[in-house]
Amino acid sequence: MKGDLMATPDLGDLTCKEVVELVTDYLEGALPPDMRRRFDQHMTGCDPCVVYLDQMRQTIATLGKLPEESVPQNVLDTLLQHFRRWPRERG
Amino acid sequence: MLSPRTPPAVTAGSDLPPAAAPLTSVQPDCDSGLIAGLKRRDEAAFVTLLDRYQGQLLRLALVYCRTRDIAEEIVQDTWLAVIQGIDRFEGRATFKTWLFQILVNRARTRAVKEGRSLSFSSISGEAEATGEPAVPAERFRTADDPWPNNWALPPHSWGESSDARLLAAETMELVNQAIAQLPPAQQQVITLRDVEGWTSEDVCNVLEISETNQRVLLHRARSRVRAALEAHFDER
Repeated sequence: MKGDLMATPDLGDLTCKEVVELVTDYLEGALPPDMRRRFDQHMTGCDPCVVYLDQMRQTIATLGKLPEESVPQNVLDTLLQHFRRWPRERG
Repeated sequence: MLSPRTPPAVTAGSDLPPAAAPLTSVQPDCDSGLIAGLKRRDEAAFVTLLDRYQGQLLRLALVYCRTRDIAEEIVQDTWLAVIQGIDRFEGRATFKTWLFQILVNRARTRAVKEGRSLSFSSISGEAEATGEPAVPAERFRTADDPWPNNWALPPHSWGESSDARLLAAETMELVNQAIAQLPPAQQQVITLRDVEGWTSEDVCNVLEISETNQRVLLHRARSRVRAALEAHFDER
């Protein structure tokens, strides 16, 4: 891009389309070192991809805050009754 | 009515996992003290284990079976199988892996009965199938553009107040619906990894998939939930 009049950041050799497919491997620490370096290089120059990565992190955080499921007390009570009637191991 | 139920007839280890699921590495079983208690018929140990896992078991059962009554029944059957099988549990897999494998086996059997077997037949197959991209191709610049494959329609930051918006009940419901619309294997992986906070190792052991397959499924699932949140926030 030498001679290009527009001041454009150096995004490295990865495109945004490639980066969005690498996000999970990146967050999982599963990218090989070289690929991780190229990913980081892209991120230093690409605001939309930084936003995208941030949204993925927010998505994961939100998933972790879903309300807990719970089995109704009567089912748990029934299980406890079964447990109390459970014979000891023979021998 | 769910209770009182007679325990299902379980002949020695019939459909229990062999309790020998190969561990990728030896990990300490955080439940080992409680398991010893359970074998001694210590009620407190049983109650602690029940309390620790019943919610997670129910959430996973609901992935297989959308009817809450049936999902609760599967959880109940799982614990009855634990009571009947614990004396033969040798700790070659962690208790957690063993417990959830019992649930998965039972939930799959139930899904077969209800004619939903196909969708759960091959979790690896789903990972290997060509998936849709994380972001639709139309949002990137075309090949004849000076910046091909970079953003044409970039994502907008969800903003300063996004934390509160993400936690709103309405958003939680949207996320639940987005998960429910995922293919089954993706639902299982994202539920255990991100909703319940499991490690990838535990997920791979219970669902019997490779680390790579697990990551592929997780990636597709997270990408779709993110897209659902983005659509929700952008329309406001």
